[in-house]
Amino acid sequence: MAEPSVVREIASEQPEERHAPQSNPAVKMRARGVNVYYGDNHALQDVSLDITRDEVTALIGPSGCGKSTLLRCFNRMNDAIPGARVTGEILLDDQPIHGGDMDVEQLRARVGMVFQKANPFPKAIFDNVAYGPRIHGLARKRSDLDEIVERSLTRAGLWDEVKDRLEEPGNALSGGQQQRLCIARAIAVDPEVVLMDEPCSALDPIATARIEELIYELRGQYAIAIVTHNMQQAARVSQRTAFFHLGLLIEQGPTEEIFTNPREQRTSDYITGRYG
Amino acid sequence: MIDPNPGARWASREMQDHLRRRHRAERRFRRAGAIAIGLALVGLATLLASIAANGWSAFRTTEIRLDVAFDPALFEGAADAPPGEREAMLAGADYAALVRNALRALFPAVEGHQEVRQLTALVSAGAREQLRDALAADPSLIGATRTFWLTADDEVDLYQKGRISREVAESDRGLSDAQLAWIDALDASGRMRSAFATGFLTSGDSREPERAGIWGAVVGSFLTLVVTLSLVFPLGVSAAVYLEEFARKNRLTDLIEVNINNLAAVPSIVFGLLGLAVFLGFFELPRSAPLVGGLTLALMTLPTVIITGRVAIQAVPPSIREAARGLGASPLQVVLHHVLPLAMPGILTGTIIGMARALGETAPLLMIGMVAFVVDVPHGIRDAATALPVQIFLWADSPERAFVEKTSGAILVLLGFLVAMNGTAIWLRRRFEKRW
Repeated sequence: MAEPSVVREIASEQPEERHAPQSNPAVKMRARGVNVYYGDNHALQDVSLDITRDEVTALIGPSGCGKSTLLRCFNRMNDAIPGARVTGEILLDDQPIHGGDMDVEQLRARVGMVFQKANPFPKAIFDNVAYGPRIHGLARKRSDLDEIVERSLTRAGLWDEVKDRLEEPGNALSGGQQQRLCIARAIAVDPEVVLMDEPCSALDPIATARIEELIYELRGQYAIAIVTHNMQQAARVSQRTAFFHLGLLIEQGPTEEIFTNPREQRTSDYITGRYG
Repeated sequence: MIDPNPGARWASREMQDHLRRRHRAERRFRRAGAIAIGLALVGLATLLASIAANGWSAFRTTEIRLDVAFDPALFEGAADAPPGEREAMLAGADYAALVRNALRALFPAVEGHQEVRQLTALVSAGAREQLRDALAADPSLIGATRTFWLTADDEVDLYQKGRISREVAESDRGLSDAQLAWIDALDASGRMRSAFATGFLTSGDSREPERAGIWGAVVGSFLTLVVTLSLVFPLGVSAAVYLEEFARKNRLTDLIEVNINNLAAVPSIVFGLLGLAVFLGFFELPRSAPLVGGLTLALMTLPTVIITGRVAIQAVPPSIREAARGLGASPLQVVLHHVLPLAMPGILTGTIIGMARALGETAPLLMIGMVAFVVDVPHGIRDAATALPVQIFLWADSPERAFVEKTSGAILVLLGFLVAMNGTAIWLRRRFEKRW
């Protein structure tokens, strides 16, 4: 599964970069030595992780291990939490996201997010999807907007179910549909990275399967990072996996390797269900 | 070990007693609640019934039918005067004489200055204005005789409403025996009627109860509330949004929060003193004006609106804010596009309840001079005016007995406005509430 990235790594002859000398074109986002503190709580300790282009990276680990915290660092959603402090470096295409020339609102347009609990706006389905393009000025005309909405809903596999009722409120949909609406909303601004924070944890198995299929289809168009509690889900949808425990990144690598031949005892214990 | 008879444990005498005690406590509590509600309803019903019983008659007035002859002698010169001066001459004519003549035509036996004065006292002084207005509308009345229903004096009105008893000694009642005899005669000849008191709803205050109306106070209250609302809503919402969504939580904002909560509990008369010192004393704004009243009431209402606004904003689920922020909305866009629309029903309810409190407030208005006797209906926020609750206070303080029913009538009007405002608040909440 990891072969293509290796091939690309060899094929590339990148000029030397200021921030990341060992720049790898397969890497979309790169975290280097990231520490997160919530007040006195050292939630994430010296984590370095890459999110690769055109692939799904799964972050797994028991509750409170810091995987969601790291995910929220990638689009700076932790900024708003009082008392949260982030150190270390996170790069998007070799550009530091905490740097002065990176606008946080633009960063979030480039790095979209899907939350644990579906959170559509209490507005029409159309307006939910159109909101991102509107605030970022991506559509000049109404017809452009219509096109973006249709394309996003189609990609999210929701178009056929809602095309006749775009004016109905988004929160009138079923739980799984709401989550797909949220995915459509996130990809409507054409992000480069999509972060998913346990997107299926509140859904029934059928809706979960639908979302997993969707993630599988979206892979290749976006760099996707997904936090999940569900081991099978990580194995099914991801190409790379990172295992966290108590704020530490224990092990990362190609999903197959992590699941079949983990190097660390803690990883294998977790994967085989000894704790979690 | 398995209990051979698990039901026996629950069927024991001790258990049954325990269960009964629990059920008794349950019933006791429910009964206490029902009694409390019942007492509150009885109290409310008593209050409303007593006010309504006293006040409904304020909306009725007694009128006397008189055949008024517009004697040309009284309008001498007016007919020939140039158009510009004619109005003034017509307005300045002796209308009291018209009323007097009409009454004396009915009671030719009445002689003597004292007697005639008693006779004309049956008709309100406001009757002159009625005639003047009629003539101004139709100058061709001069020389003709027309029938008018003229407003009766307040004592006559009270007598007709059964609030003055014949049994009382003559010196202790407002009407003499002679006047009572004339009233009976008028009544017997069908010249007395009870009519809807349009004047009570359309005119300003007056020293004469039958001419006193609440329109001046209604307009005064309205102008005051307009000033209050236009200050309180933008300021209160901005403050609430800033404190909830933008301000850092630190010692300073804690201090501000404590102070806002304390200000909401400050007695209203203190705000009146503040308004007196600041708006009248320092800024030298006009006394008794709705402008100053509105500013003062805005000071008083602002903390309430900020507090309810903050509660409404807090009630917006954080997931909506996260969703918007996650899409790259700026903090201002998050507030304007999502938080405020969702919080608006709560903010509006809070504002309207604050405004209802401001509408019912008297004490601060006393301090800034809105307690003055104002006859004219105010036309702007800088005119002297009074407000509904202050009008009630003024009438309750007046010696004439007829003001008793006016007071209750004004209370009914005030309550009507309060019910309407609270109804609007409920309607707005239902209308704009969104589920999430």
